[in-house]
Amino acid sequence: MSSFSFKDAFDKVNQGPLPYLIVFAHIVTGTLLVYFQPRSNLAFLVLMSSFLSLYFFNTSNRFKITAAVVMTLLIMPILGVRNIFYLEVIFQISVFAALALGLNIVVGFAGLLDLGYVAFYAVGAYLWAFFGSQQFFVLPYAPGTQPSDLPFLLAGDFFYLFMMLGVIVAAMTGILLGLPVLRVRGDYLAIVTLGFGEVIRVLANNLDKPLNFTNGPQGITPIQRPSMPDWVVDWFNTIFGPLVGHEVNTSHMYNLWFYILALMVIMVIVFVTKRLDDSAMGRAWTAVREDETAAIAQGIPLVKTKLSAFAVGASFAGIMGVLLAASRTFISPESFSFMQSIGVLSMVILGGSGSIPGVILGAATITILNLQVLQGFSLYLNELRQSDAIIPIINFAWSDLSTQLDPAKYQRLLFGLILILMMIFRPQGLIPAKRRERKLALEKTE
Amino acid sequence: MKRRFSLFSLMVAAGFGLAVVGSAGAADKAIKIATQSPLSGDQSVVGVDIKRGAELALEQLGGPLAEMGFKVDLAPFDDMANPDTGVANAKRIVADPAILAVVGHYNSGVQIPSSEVYHTSQLANVSPANTNPKVTTRGYMEVNRIVGRDDVQGVVGADFAKMKGVKTVFVVHDKTAYGQGIAEFFRKKAEENGIKVFGFEGTEEKANFDALLSPVVAGNPDMVYFGGMAFQAAVLFKQARERGYEGIFMSDDGFDSSDAAKIAGGTLISGGGTFYSTVSGPASVYAGTKKFIEDFKAKYNADPQPFAAQGFDSMAISLKAIENAAKANNNEVPSREAVTKAVRELKDFQGITGSFTFNEIGDPEKALYFVIQVKDADAAKWSMNEVVQTLEIAPPK
Amino acid sequence: MKGFLKYVNVTEIVRPIGQLLAFSCGSAVVMSAIAIGIALMLDKTAVGVDLLDRYNVSVYTYTMINLPQVVIDGLTIGFVYAAIALGYTMVYGVLEFINFAHSEIFAVGAFVGVELLIALDSSGMLAGASLGMAYSYLILAILMGMLAAGGLAMTVERVAYRPLRGASRLVPLISAIGVSFFLQDVIRLVESLTTGQFNRIMPTFGNFDQRIVFGKFAMGTSNITLGISVKSIVVIVSAVLMLVALNYLVNATRIGKAIRAVAQDRNTASLMGINVNRIISTTFLVGGMLGGAAGVLYALKFTRIDPFVGFFPGLKAFTAAVLGGIGNLTGALLGGIVLGMLETFAGSYMGIFTMGAAGSEYKDIFAFSILILVLIFRPQGLMGKNVGQKA
Repeated sequence: MSSFSFKDAFDKVNQGPLPYLIVFAHIVTGTLLVYFQPRSNLAFLVLMSSFLSLYFFNTSNRFKITAAVVMTLLIMPILGVRNIFYLEVIFQISVFAALALGLNIVVGFAGLLDLGYVAFYAVGAYLWAFFGSQQFFVLPYAPGTQPSDLPFLLAGDFFYLFMMLGVIVAAMTGILLGLPVLRVRGDYLAIVTLGFGEVIRVLANNLDKPLNFTNGPQGITPIQRPSMPDWVVDWFNTIFGPLVGHEVNTSHMYNLWFYILALMVIMVIVFVTKRLDDSAMGRAWTAVREDETAAIAQGIPLVKTKLSAFAVGASFAGIMGVLLAASRTFISPESFSFMQSIGVLSMVILGGSGSIPGVILGAATITILNLQVLQGFSLYLNELRQSDAIIPIINFAWSDLSTQLDPAKYQRLLFGLILILMMIFRPQGLIPAKRRERKLALEKTE
Repeated sequence: MKRRFSLFSLMVAAGFGLAVVGSAGAADKAIKIATQSPLSGDQSVVGVDIKRGAELALEQLGGPLAEMGFKVDLAPFDDMANPDTGVANAKRIVADPAILAVVGHYNSGVQIPSSEVYHTSQLANVSPANTNPKVTTRGYMEVNRIVGRDDVQGVVGADFAKMKGVKTVFVVHDKTAYGQGIAEFFRKKAEENGIKVFGFEGTEEKANFDALLSPVVAGNPDMVYFGGMAFQAAVLFKQARERGYEGIFMSDDGFDSSDAAKIAGGTLISGGGTFYSTVSGPASVYAGTKKFIEDFKAKYNADPQPFAAQGFDSMAISLKAIENAAKANNNEVPSREAVTKAVRELKDFQGITGSFTFNEIGDPEKALYFVIQVKDADAAKWSMNEVVQTLEIAPPK
Repeated sequence: MKGFLKYVNVTEIVRPIGQLLAFSCGSAVVMSAIAIGIALMLDKTAVGVDLLDRYNVSVYTYTMINLPQVVIDGLTIGFVYAAIALGYTMVYGVLEFINFAHSEIFAVGAFVGVELLIALDSSGMLAGASLGMAYSYLILAILMGMLAAGGLAMTVERVAYRPLRGASRLVPLISAIGVSFFLQDVIRLVESLTTGQFNRIMPTFGNFDQRIVFGKFAMGTSNITLGISVKSIVVIVSAVLMLVALNYLVNATRIGKAIRAVAQDRNTASLMGINVNRIISTTFLVGGMLGGAAGVLYALKFTRIDPFVGFFPGLKAFTAAVLGGIGNLTGALLGGIVLGMLETFAGSYMGIFTMGAAGSEYKDIFAFSILILVLIFRPQGLMGKNVGQKA
């Protein structure tokens, strides 16, 4: 019952000029909170949640876009360099949002469960890691035994070219994998992709002999970044220096730059996804997802349709891989475990498979949960444990609380619960895809 | 419209949850020391004990700082053995001005990118477990480690093998940066020592070594060397003995865990015996080790895993450095830079795993290495294992 | 005796044993032939020279002398895979759904069995146990593991899968992945709250660690002993018993008939008066029990377990089930044996054949590549029926 009264109240508020006011107030409050409380998790969450009110409240598109641009390109960067942890959080959110959007094409649109999605991410990352580091000259050395004064193969600015190459190479890998396996049914496909993900990780781990391509488990470092001219840093400092409150150095500028690059990739992905979704290809994907047999009967080329979804999804992971390699300057096989694939899948499922805003919300929620909430909660419990405080009513000393119960230790448990509960209670995700509604609207206009 | 309701209630709930988290107040002169290690996932077995070791050290050695009016808290972070999480945590650590030192990590793959972050804010990092040469060869002032480097420990093993008159060896490693790193240098040095290397295999397998053992047993080498952790090495050794292998087993400091005896039991004693190299000396050399194991068991009801003692020492070093830096700063909270310097300025700091002086890149100057032989099949008597060789080696520059 | 036999369907006991023998011998012969063939080709090449230099033996001799042991090892691990694969295949046969959490059900079985034996050990009952008692304790541990795992499998089905019946195919699969991850951490949580340990170690007792030696062969400078450990025999015998029992249950009992009916057509089966929910529960119970028993056997064979122990054997067993044709009991046996053989052959010989360039670290890749190859040419698996594309 409460949900109905809530809905009524929401609808009452959500008309006329009031929504503009609320959204504006939300953003300003969030910004000020984070500005003056730069280390408060709560303040950051208030700010991040203003994206939600921007999405849900009924405002004009122009307002929405302007607000979003101001938020992502102005407010976030300034607040981010004030506390570089936030910059890292929003950077990872954008990286995972891009990955989740890519996986969304495969899982959400075409209905192909891919459990080895990070394999393509790894392909992109290792592509730039190999060419953008000294690895080419390390080829004859066993891992760890190479001299440290080897030259670099390519200059750092080739990075931008390799972002493009990452797209192509990952897409080709997707096609290579897809060609044989896409003939198999859904759940077989899931397990084969899982196997493929493992194969790529094992290859990354083992291609250190006979020729040392990947440096094995030790990983490749240093990987070059594109050049960052001094004037950019100076320019940023002159304009935003007073707001930031401290001198911004090159390393922070890099964080910022990679964040903006990730945002640009996301925009491209959203654009491409939307266009594809409206195209014949998108309809073919949906048809294949809903009923393969019927789709074949309609004359939809099954393998080609699935393959395109696979390739498009893979290419997004590839470009993010290149970005990751450069931003971290270090790559090792540990980043591409099965756990990562499940993490990205959880984002898609939580947010709403097939729904672009949903998937972004899923990526943001899980990344924040992972990096901020769980860790923050564990730290807080730990502080309580080290204090003399007791839980009031049951008279239980915090210091007696077992450290085994730290929430940060049970990330898998949380992912698992999210997947189970979402499947049982809300399989369509937090923000479900709007496909059906829009189709009806289209029919009316036609 | 249920959706909006649930969404908003979720937000509200999260908000309340975080209101508590965010409001944890700070007393003046409150400082924190962070740990970063994998607390979840399959590497948590070691990561949790690094944290526990540090926790124990803070509890036992926090006295001097408390007397000076400081409240020292532990801030344990879970890096999940994942570079992304490690870096994010590192940034969170750097953003918290109360944190003056970091004890961590377990994986070199996480330590290397994370320490790039510590480096940007001159935050001291004492590593309890990272043996990859690159950890220190980058030459960062902030980064120190109290464990041996791969290129030293592998050499210790190979030299010991030569001393034992070993002519042939089969090298196995666990395909981690740690195990493979040591194994590579063991192989290199063994070949230089004129020892024939029959095979060099990596394996992620944790249970079934049958297939791997075929070429091992077929060559019947004088020694089987394993680069990696005890829970894997012991299973391999046990299965090798069952297959009739009678030679010498040797491993690295990851083998220093009573779990090894629990798993392999008598098979470690039979044949040519089992040896391991370690910087963490036995009770006879470092009296603190025995007490540490007892205290650890009393507090956590579990045997310390490899690197728990190093976690203890890393924390001890951090505490001492903060104390020194604070004294130099009129008993006020010292700057991070001062703590970083103070770590490097420590001379012959007596820990439970050795005596530490750091060189200019953060490696321990002249670490003592022990080669220890397993003496008893009973896990309870693990600490009675016997030192058969002691080497003092300075790390390569 | 005759009267008793009237109620026992002897064919259903003899047939699976015959199949097992045929599969074991067949795959052993095929794999050996391939290995010998490659060895002959490589004998005079650089590989042969390299091996001669290290081991003082030709590739061909090396391959031949090691062959019997490799076959035995391959069969042992193959039976373990087969036992786990049965759990996947049972559930798939009935629900057409991959019970991804089966690997954790397997792990729970292993933990319950090992904890029981550790408790017995610390109370001093294992140390002095006679051989008969040692085997009774092991059987007790296996039974407890089966009970716990079976119960858990039923609970999981009731809580996480039943509400999703009728949803699209991916929905229960994702839920199963969730259950799998959830259970991993639950095991870890329970273990760390109670024992504080991560690794749990099977106590040494009885004569399981002994090795029966069949013979010794001189090879180069060393002797190769051919043998099999008692625990491997225990694993093989138990696995065969489980396979036969399951086969009998499914093919020669009333419950089995009901299971097959539900597998063929759930709606029709319910019209015939079969309680579909109960049959599905039973299927999970049986599959879980097999998984639990396999878990305890796995712990016996490989000594050490941890909360994440289920993942890789589970993945392999699943691969085995798909390889053989998922949903098909005989296929699971065949798949398990073939996969175990492939893996062991690859692990044992690849390092030698490639001069150390690609050793046993690639054995998992090998297994997955074979899986992909099989799926390309026989998407229904080695023994599966072609059911066509069913959405």
